[in-house]
Amino acid sequence: MSHLFLGCPADPLLVSDALVEIRDLSFGYGSRQILKGINLTARRGQVIAIMGNSGCGKTTLLRLIGGALRPTQGSVRVDGLEVPNLDQQALFALRRRMGMLFQFGALFTDISVFDNVAFQLREHTDLPESLIRDLVLMKLHAVGLRGAADLMPSELSGGMARRVALARSIALDPMLIMYDEPFAGLDPISLGVTGNMIRRLTDALGLTSLVVTHDVQESLKIVDYVYFISNGVIEAEGTPDEIRASTLPFVHQFVHGEEDGPVPFHYPAPDLAVDLGVARA
Amino acid sequence: MPERSLIPIRHLGHRVIESVWRLGVAARFFVLTLMRSGTCARRPHLVIREVFSTGVLSLIIILVSGLFVGMVLGLQGYDTLQTYGSEEALGILVALSLVRELGPVVAALLFASRAGSAITAEIGLMRATEQIEAMQMMAVDPIARVVAPRFWGGLISMPLLAALFSAMGIFGGYLVGVVLIGVDEGSFWSQMQAAVDFGDDILQGVIKSVVFGVAVTVIALFEGFDAPPTAEGVSRATTRTVVTSSLAILALDFVLTAIMFRGV
Repeated sequence: MSHLFLGCPADPLLVSDALVEIRDLSFGYGSRQILKGINLTARRGQVIAIMGNSGCGKTTLLRLIGGALRPTQGSVRVDGLEVPNLDQQALFALRRRMGMLFQFGALFTDISVFDNVAFQLREHTDLPESLIRDLVLMKLHAVGLRGAADLMPSELSGGMARRVALARSIALDPMLIMYDEPFAGLDPISLGVTGNMIRRLTDALGLTSLVVTHDVQESLKIVDYVYFISNGVIEAEGTPDEIRASTLPFVHQFVHGEEDGPVPFHYPAPDLAVDLGVARA
Repeated sequence: MPERSLIPIRHLGHRVIESVWRLGVAARFFVLTLMRSGTCARRPHLVIREVFSTGVLSLIIILVSGLFVGMVLGLQGYDTLQTYGSEEALGILVALSLVRELGPVVAALLFASRAGSAITAEIGLMRATEQIEAMQMMAVDPIARVVAPRFWGGLISMPLLAALFSAMGIFGGYLVGVVLIGVDEGSFWSQMQAAVDFGDDILQGVIKSVVFGVAVTVIALFEGFDAPPTAEGVSRATTRTVVTSSLAILALDFVLTAIMFRGV
């Protein structure tokens, strides 16, 4: 079968159940390794959580999947396409079928909520304005913010801004949405609303969701599978129940929010007594 | 380990290499902007919006400054010309000073401070708040969608603002020279009409303002796009835009004046 459209998998008969497949992925800046030998699979229709402490490379992993960064080694396949090998045209065609929710929404501040959600529709389609209006209102309705269509981003709370960004990311009905810390800085109500919305939209629209987060409790309620990253490697993986029952020291410390453990409380430093001058090194 | 006395030379060399490297990156950025300007032709409303934000919103400062510069020229010019009994030539002095030199240069300096700094701050903040990255992830090229419309908006606005600055300045000179001091109105206008040539004076002023428009807009866009995504980075980039643009305007003015009026 011929390869008809840029960004479509090479052979629909061979379309795998896995939408995102990462194999033996490594990435670093110069001699500094960020990710080492990562293996990850996201099946169609699943919500996958990627967890780990701050600076462990979670967001970098999303950037590698989106083609914003190129791995130093290994393979990143999305819908059968090897992302690092795509030229700009093919990468942009793939990105039209992906959505990304940034940590603080990244809404365009000079245009209204309505125009933010309509942005991709206007950029990538020739739909008439009346149809765009209907689509935008439907997307905003799905996130409960149809009434906020005429507001400017500066008039929104943090939680509302993230919901608008979510409406914007589903504007073109993508196959995959990547969420970068969707729960950061939200109040408990917004936290629950955002979590439920990620699950509901994934199920209703038949999407696949990758959620990068360090909010354990909220994520374990909504995800199908969890990957734990620490020091650039996958330390643990499993279903939410397996993660809750895990006795691995890192997972236990993370899930229960313990102060000290494999992730130490203190940054490496000389002995306190030596630093205070009351003992010899 | 280099000798201590060589360290300043090494620093100097490093800065020179870095400056040349940045100049190369900026030139590549300019070429890329031109190459991706097709969107502006297909969607002119994007450019019109930028003409509004860089041009229309700069009108007040341009018109008020033009008026005062013209009034000062009227006063200073009359003071000098009356010594030689040539106060009727006040119109020529005011018009030629403005159309050839002060109009393009002062308008461009004001444009750099008002619109250039705003462009840098806006694009720098777009980077800092991940708006540019979000656009790339939405398969939209930020050079075509954000940079090119602002470039063409600035390029169109600058000559218009310079022309308005000169027109307002001539009106200021008229107010002081004719209305306030009492220079003959007929001489003021007729001598100006006879002495100011479209090709030699007005067109060359327009050429200058177009060149300044390109320089200021490209510097402002590049600094914004290249700014580190932090509050301090955006603040430094905004300052650099005003300083670099002002120096570029003055240097280019000398070069263009030498080429156009002296035949160098």
